Amino acid sequence: MTTMTKVETTQVYQVFIKATPEQIWQAITDPEFTSKYFYASRVSFENGRRKSFGPAGELWGDEAILEEDLPRKLVHGWRALYDPALAEEETSRVSWEIEPQEGGVTKLTVVHDQLEGAPKTAESVAGGWSYILSGLKTLLETGEPLSS
Amino acid sequence: MDDDAVFKALAGPTRRLLLDRLFERDGRTLTDLESQLEMTRFGVMKHLRVLEEAGLVVSRKSGRARLHFLNPVPIRQIYDRWIDKYTEHRVTALAELKTELEAG
Repeated sequence: MTTMTKVETTQVYQVFIKATPEQIWQAITDPEFTSKYFYASRVSFENGRRKSFGPAGELWGDEAILEEDLPRKLVHGWRALYDPALAEEETSRVSWEIEPQEGGVTKLTVVHDQLEGAPKTAESVAGGWSYILSGLKTLLETGEPLSS
Repeated sequence: MDDDAVFKALAGPTRRLLLDRLFERDGRTLTDLESQLEMTRFGVMKHLRVLEEAGLVVSRKSGRARLHFLNPVPIRQIYDRWIDKYTEHRVTALAELKTELEAG
């Protein structure tokens, strides 16, 4: 196994969803929706903060909203409080970019960057975003969450 | 993104190699990727385009450079759509077999 130095720490995830930008915006910002695809967490965007609560009501995240342009772009800080090893790392940044395409399809891109000071977070979220976005797509297109 | 495009893109060994290179280090330029392959710039571009059309690679501008990122979401969708379904079934079948054998 060779060790590679990670120069670029930005992570990019993209999915095409048969839904309007407004529906996607709601799915990202409505706690009822997020509880169905975001590891059962309730996520809210209020008073300049993105707050996330786990299934038992425990605080999973509480970071600033950095940019809010309904229904096109949403940027917020990211520091995972559900794991002490991740919570002590520096705050990174998550951007949701929502772009309508032809034929009632919307392109959703999640960019997780500023991860230089959060290597464990970078490793931890790498598989998670795919799971979340795949679940979000299924939920919006079928009305049902993923079976698992 | 349709499954056909993803399976087709994954069917090429060079394209899988490109994905592996991006997995090792993400956000690379065409020049960077080209330097690791025994292939012309045009050849690498062609393969990257197939990967981008399948949604497996997303390219983004960063200053004056264009960086290529591995997008694992389509693979996850295939997993959710195909693998999960069949492995779940197998686990259930084995569980049923066990119950039957133990009852027998």
